[in-house]
Amino acid sequence: MTDLSTRYLGLPLRSPIVASASPATGNLDSLIALQAAGIGAAVLPSLFEEQIKNESMQIHEMLEAGAGVFAEAATGYVPELDDYNTGPTRYLRHLEAAKARLEIPVIASLNGDTPGGWVHYASLLQEAGADAIELNVYRIAADVHTNGRQIEDDLVRLVESVTGAVTVPVAVKLAPYYSALGHVAVRLQEVGAVGLVLFNRFYQPDVDIETLQVMPHLTLSTPDELRLPLRWIAMLRNRVDVSFAATTGIHTWGDTVKALLVGADVVMSAAAILRDGPGVVTEMVDGLTNWMDEHDYESVTQMTGAMSQFAVSDPSAFERANYLHALTTYASTFVQ
Amino acid sequence: MTWTCIDGNEAAARIAYACSETIAIYPITPASPMGEHADAWASTGHPNLWGVPPTVVEMQSEAGAAGALHGAVTKGALGTTFTASQGLLLMLPNMYKIAGELTPAVIHVAARSIATHALSIFGDHSDVMAARMTGWAMLASASVQEAQDLAAITHAATLATRVPFLHFFDGFRTSHEIAGIDLLSMEDLRALIDDRLVADHRLRGLSPDRPVLRGTAQNPDVFFQAREACNRYYDDVPGIVRNLMVRFAELTGRNYDLVTYHGAPDARRVLVLMGSGVGAALETVRAMNRQGERVGLLQVRLYRPFPAAAVVDALPTSVERLAVLDRTKEPGATADPLFHDVATALLDATTDGRRDRMPRMIGGRYGLSSKEFTPAMVKGVFDELALDDPRPRITVGIVDDVTHLSVTPDADFTVHRLDGLKSAVFYGLGADGTVGANKNTVKIVGEHANRYAQGYFVYDSKKSGAMTVSHLRFADEPIHATYLIEDADLVAIHQFGFLDRLEVLDRAAAGATVLLNSPFGSDSVWDRLPREFQQTIIDKRLDLWVVDAHAVAREAGLGGRINTVMQPCYFALANVLPKDEWMPALQEAAEQSYGKRGHEVVERNLKALDRALDSLLRVTVPATVTAGGHARAPAVPEAAPDFVQRITARMIAGQGDLLPVSALPVDGTFPTATTRWEKRSIALDLPTWDPSICIDCGKCAIVCPHAAIRMKAYDGDVLVDAPDGFLSKDFNSREVPGLRLTVQVAPDDCTGCGVCADVCPARDREQVGHKALDMLPASERRDIERPHWDFFTDIPPLDRTAVRHDDVKHSQLLEPLFEFSGACAGCGETPYLKLVTQLFGDRLIVANATGCSSIYGGNLPTTPWATDRDGRGPAWSNSLFEDNAEFGLGIRLALEQQTATAQDLLRQLAAQVGDDLATAILTAQQRDETGLHQQRARVTELRHRLRALNGNTTSQADMLASLADTLVRQSVWIVGGDGWAYDIGFGGLDHVMASGANVNILVLDTEVYSNTGGQSSKATPRGAVAKFAMSGKATPKKDLGMLAAQYGNVYVGQIAMGANEMQTVKTLVEAEAWDGPSLILAYSTCIAHGIDMATSMTHQKEAVQSGYWPLYRFHPGADEHTRPFQLDSKAPRIPLSQFTATEGRFAMLRRSDPQRAAELHELAQADVDERWRYYEQLAGIERMAPQGPDDGSDQPADDHGTTNVEEQR
Repeated sequence: MTDLSTRYLGLPLRSPIVASASPATGNLDSLIALQAAGIGAAVLPSLFEEQIKNESMQIHEMLEAGAGVFAEAATGYVPELDDYNTGPTRYLRHLEAAKARLEIPVIASLNGDTPGGWVHYASLLQEAGADAIELNVYRIAADVHTNGRQIEDDLVRLVESVTGAVTVPVAVKLAPYYSALGHVAVRLQEVGAVGLVLFNRFYQPDVDIETLQVMPHLTLSTPDELRLPLRWIAMLRNRVDVSFAATTGIHTWGDTVKALLVGADVVMSAAAILRDGPGVVTEMVDGLTNWMDEHDYESVTQMTGAMSQFAVSDPSAFERANYLHALTTYASTFVQ
Repeated sequence: MTWTCIDGNEAAARIAYACSETIAIYPITPASPMGEHADAWASTGHPNLWGVPPTVVEMQSEAGAAGALHGAVTKGALGTTFTASQGLLLMLPNMYKIAGELTPAVIHVAARSIATHALSIFGDHSDVMAARMTGWAMLASASVQEAQDLAAITHAATLATRVPFLHFFDGFRTSHEIAGIDLLSMEDLRALIDDRLVADHRLRGLSPDRPVLRGTAQNPDVFFQAREACNRYYDDVPGIVRNLMVRFAELTGRNYDLVTYHGAPDARRVLVLMGSGVGAALETVRAMNRQGERVGLLQVRLYRPFPAAAVVDALPTSVERLAVLDRTKEPGATADPLFHDVATALLDATTDGRRDRMPRMIGGRYGLSSKEFTPAMVKGVFDELALDDPRPRITVGIVDDVTHLSVTPDADFTVHRLDGLKSAVFYGLGADGTVGANKNTVKIVGEHANRYAQGYFVYDSKKSGAMTVSHLRFADEPIHATYLIEDADLVAIHQFGFLDRLEVLDRAAAGATVLLNSPFGSDSVWDRLPREFQQTIIDKRLDLWVVDAHAVAREAGLGGRINTVMQPCYFALANVLPKDEWMPALQEAAEQSYGKRGHEVVERNLKALDRALDSLLRVTVPATVTAGGHARAPAVPEAAPDFVQRITARMIAGQGDLLPVSALPVDGTFPTATTRWEKRSIALDLPTWDPSICIDCGKCAIVCPHAAIRMKAYDGDVLVDAPDGFLSKDFNSREVPGLRLTVQVAPDDCTGCGVCADVCPARDREQVGHKALDMLPASERRDIERPHWDFFTDIPPLDRTAVRHDDVKHSQLLEPLFEFSGACAGCGETPYLKLVTQLFGDRLIVANATGCSSIYGGNLPTTPWATDRDGRGPAWSNSLFEDNAEFGLGIRLALEQQTATAQDLLRQLAAQVGDDLATAILTAQQRDETGLHQQRARVTELRHRLRALNGNTTSQADMLASLADTLVRQSVWIVGGDGWAYDIGFGGLDHVMASGANVNILVLDTEVYSNTGGQSSKATPRGAVAKFAMSGKATPKKDLGMLAAQYGNVYVGQIAMGANEMQTVKTLVEAEAWDGPSLILAYSTCIAHGIDMATSMTHQKEAVQSGYWPLYRFHPGADEHTRPFQLDSKAPRIPLSQFTATEGRFAMLRRSDPQRAAELHELAQADVDERWRYYEQLAGIERMAPQGPDDGSDQPADDHGTTNVEEQR
């Protein structure tokens, strides 16, 4: 019997395929379907502190607009309702419901805005029953007077404040844009992070050439994007003692196999699930199982890291040589 | 005992809700909050006394509410409604019926003036007095506590007596006053209502198990006797009510009686009155008694059936002089109503020997439309009574220099100062949160410290940049003062700009504290103060403090809402509570008020609270006025006309109370074009024009809600005299080539809403964030733009005949005759009205339904309806809310009659005035501007020749001269909101459309009752949250356009300016040209939609793109192959959710109840899809307009339906 179980953030999982934060994990019915399809854990959509704040202030401004202005509308123009669910309440209720209905671990995701906010909301997530917390760190270093060191220091302090405030395991979902990613990973481990999720995809704005406006734009990931996490997981595995989750570009069972081989404890998929539904998870589980059978792997733990930089015969293949090889192949194709 | 601070409306509504099973509601100021409370409680399933939530139903009018009430009580349910003013008048027919059938029922009335020479939303008894013949018992409350307690007695009494009860309290003064009251427990209320009586009432209800016939028609043989058969029930009412009051006292310890006498037992002079005026009178009587004066006061609570015996018994036998004061006016009567009742009671008692003699009686009027009624005025009445020969009829509170009825208040009279009294007056801006903070303060002091508290709030009539004045009193003993504070211990001025506009220190007592929100610090502010202000500070020895509240609020992330900064400063200075009590209370209040809106809102307010006191600084006041201080500017510019200088300016300056009777028109007729003299300078940002990238499109001007940004094209020669920096560019027009163009903002009239800049399509190619119009700080722009605006206004407008009117660009060269209204910044209604005046303003008559448009259009002191250089402009009137279509039809019929008469007279006088001229006038083509222009010239010549006649035909000539204006085609427009058109006025609207008359009906559809504060109407869309539809409106919007189109001969247009200005212009022009009824439904964004009003027009675009608001024209034609229905917008191209996601009215439900929101949204999307499918089919249908007796030959056979104005974007 092929053993798909693995450990992630110290949690035993029945399968290495994890549903990443997306609208699909924001709905209880779809979570239940994903569990049935074979995921090992689910990461709920991010609780965005900034969004909570904006929504609160918007509702406040709307309710106050016109209030106390005119004798005939002395209480304002919009009725005061009993509850606006502006705070994290709705998120926490969803987390609680997911915990109550699912057998697999439920990981809450948090995107904070202020140092106090990270700690406050992380504690709330723990209280609501999250098995682990994934910190979704999103910062565009727009200030040209802030250097890389300061940015890394801020990140480390932030993670430390959260790990110091909660007892559940904490993972950090990182962007790839650090000049010394490995060092960042080490520092995060030192302040208590037990997992790294590689990598965060930012929504990149687009330009509307008709209206000449900058528009938010969301595209789903493609399998090609997997190569960046593959490289970094391969290189960090055994160098940094944390769990690794490969995310961005996990679309098929083949992608899963690759990620596990380079050292990911789990793979996280969002785009494929959003596009194809829970059935894609079943396909990934079946494909992984078949591959393992065909290649005589008994367990996922046996696979994990089997092709990390430490484990392969040519470690430099993950570094510069890999680039050179690709370039020459491409060039030869081009000149044909 | 629960001590709480609430207002009169809530106090009464709470009882009404608990005691009712069916509640029919309809919004009307100042009673609307009672219905809103009932609806809100019902929507959360709050139970009544019998454990179930009452059914709350909004009706289409008060007449409808009364009918529903009648039905409910006829079935044996416990029924209630709430109303005021015209609403009560609409209930009268059913009130007679309900009383005639001896059926228990209750109406709670926030008593309000009835519209006569003018509408007024404020309080007096003219509405309830109009109901005194209906057979309803009437109980009058004088305070918030009484509004609750007598409400309870009312509900018990109607069951016990079988007589329906009207319970009333004074609009605003009591309905909107917040006061500390002892809350009646539901147990006490339960103990007051006898369930056996409830069962009896139910058993009298209609049921097929015990069938009866009620509501018969009766003949002369029995009607009279049957009418008398109820007498003993009325005879029993006073006794039963008195017993209930005794029972109430046993339960609560609060004693009431049918009438209550206060004052000296041996009084010689006594006043009789009812309602909130009792408070001021009581204070006066007590103060005079302290001085040994033998005076007293009789408070009437039960007014119908009039408790004559109780009045006689309560009045001391020592009374020699009696003044009965009425808060109503019955023109032509020997006296006002209460006087008659008291006089009759005393006369009976005197003639039958119960009393020795009649006192000498005088009747007085006071307090109409919430006119102040103060102890000084009450004292003035007592002084009149003390005269040897007092006048039999008086008024008090005004100066009547015409009929000389008014008594003079005793200006030196003061009442006893209450123990622990702390009074404060706050001047705030509507949008800065002052009123909300003060309501909160009343609750904190009134509830936490168990002190007596009172808050009363005065608003001006503007909806943008409006000023509010809050009057707060706190004391250690009950507060009876039902009038504004004139000698405040603290005056807080929340906006520095008020110093230049108002005498804000008039209400400060000597030695009072002044709290000023100032951008200048304690060491630099003095020299920035107006000289008059400095002088008063010195003269009254005031203690001046400043705080830069805007800076603190900004820093805390609260924008312009400075309430949380000013409130702790007040507490720090007012000494109403110790700091260790008030600061935690303010923090707790922030949690309570804002907690459910989110943690962030609470945090920011706590931050502001925390920082406020650090910025509060005392100003060292110099001994003399400094040279640096500037004098306050006059209320209106010197160029303003005489009437504006003498009268309007006083009202603008807040001194309207001082105007004598002679200053005011006898018939409510006022001059127009007055907003141009009221320079409010309220904009924080002003649009700034860059001619180098402007594309002359006219969008900014057409969408401006305030006519504050304008376009003029002119001969470049005029620029010779232009002030420095005056901008212009070549006007790009093939029609009128060679002209210069200027787009100019009116810097003191603009509200800074930003709609113009939002719609401006002209971007700088090298820096796309810069447009031809950018919003820049007014502080930097105002001084630059002022001389430019002055010069711009002097440039003559283009001749109306020179440009086409049916496109956007050229229509905006026409002069707007609707300007600078006080509507909300970014109002979606006013651009349509402005456009109508540009197109037809010089020949326009407007019948305006009551609503937002009648308030920003016709609420004194100033009106935006304006005149052109020839003195022509819209003539405007408002009749009522419910009858506007009929009112407009009447105007139209009169116009046609006058025109026919004038034409007839002209034919008769043709020889004298010249056959050629007469023929030319009678056969004139007036379809276009040139035709109208030529006809005006002919009529001017006609008037000239008529004046010259002076001969045998004088009478006919005079008659013709008086009607000559009607020989030029006038345009009658019937304007109103959706509350009028869809609900209360629909019957009349329908009838007018069916009449075939040539009227133009413009419905400014905000999809909600905007003016009364956002209650649901039948125009409210499915899924939107509104007052009276708290859980989201379940039913779809009524398709008024299609109902109208069914007639076949009604021109119907549905427009949305923000989506398609061109289609809007075309539709208005076509509708006006249609020689029959026209109905235009104009999508009007509104503050009640929960949107950023700067993007008002963008929302309209999405409304159309999603198919939520399809654009169309139904243009009837005489040809059988006419396809009258033309869709002017494309098939929906974005989902409805993309539109609704951006509007608070929909988004709120998604937050509060996501499941219901999703269900309603799905239905609403289906509504959109189905309506589009239906409209697409209609667009292919051929239909001939029904032919009139003259075969419709008077209807123009123009090129309808062929103009393509489909959206271009």
